[in-house]
Amino acid sequence: MDTKKMAIIATKGTLDWAYPPFILASTAAALGYETQIFFTFYGLQLVRKDLSVLKVSPLGNPGMPMKMPFGPKWFKSINWNMPNAIQAIIPGYENVATALMKQTIANNGVATIPDLRELCQEADVKFIACQMTVELFGFDHSDFIDGLEYGGAATFFEFAGETDICLFI
Amino acid sequence: MNFDKELDARGLNCPLPILRAKKALAEVASGQVLKILSTDPGSVKDFAAFAKQTGNELLSTAEAGGEFTFFMKKK
Repeated sequence: MDTKKMAIIATKGTLDWAYPPFILASTAAALGYETQIFFTFYGLQLVRKDLSVLKVSPLGNPGMPMKMPFGPKWFKSINWNMPNAIQAIIPGYENVATALMKQTIANNGVATIPDLRELCQEADVKFIACQMTVELFGFDHSDFIDGLEYGGAATFFEFAGETDICLFI
Repeated sequence: MNFDKELDARGLNCPLPILRAKKALAEVASGQVLKILSTDPGSVKDFAAFAKQTGNELLSTAEAGGEFTFFMKKK
């Protein structure tokens, strides 16, 4: 039987959206898929050496519950809905939301993004960064982790054209 | 049931139990049995799917008090 293949295009650069590509890629690799992720536009943040750049914000995201990861059960169940206009003017709101999300992630036994990324690399998931967006955003190759390849759309299609699963995230 | 290696994946959430199991299976020989403990309710379906797709045999699945025990035989 031929090896199954999966290609993912990762385009989002926030803490929450870092999960789907790395979860799917690491799991696919565990299931025996040959897997490749093409990081482009904001997705480039996911292959930075410094992953502390990843934040999550409830601002403009009505789907995100704002709950406290500590305290008694009744307190944790409160959803701290706040109007966008108020969220926008509180300094450091995003940092607080990110810290709370990271605590929630730890409380739930969910892997961290650095861990998942490392698991992907250990499982030989191939990472390709879009050279055009690297230049567009003024990044330098030294901003990114080792083991990254740089290429363009044609490079993506070379592998994607032969895949069983191809996702745009 | 007899087993050759045990993996404690309790407290871990998707996809970690599967990823750890994959690693643990790499450390046993073909035909040997891996015992896996998990508290992730999603792992019941996930381990069945993992077995089906990788060819490793899921010998049994059991639940007791919110804890799941799996026995998997390496292909």
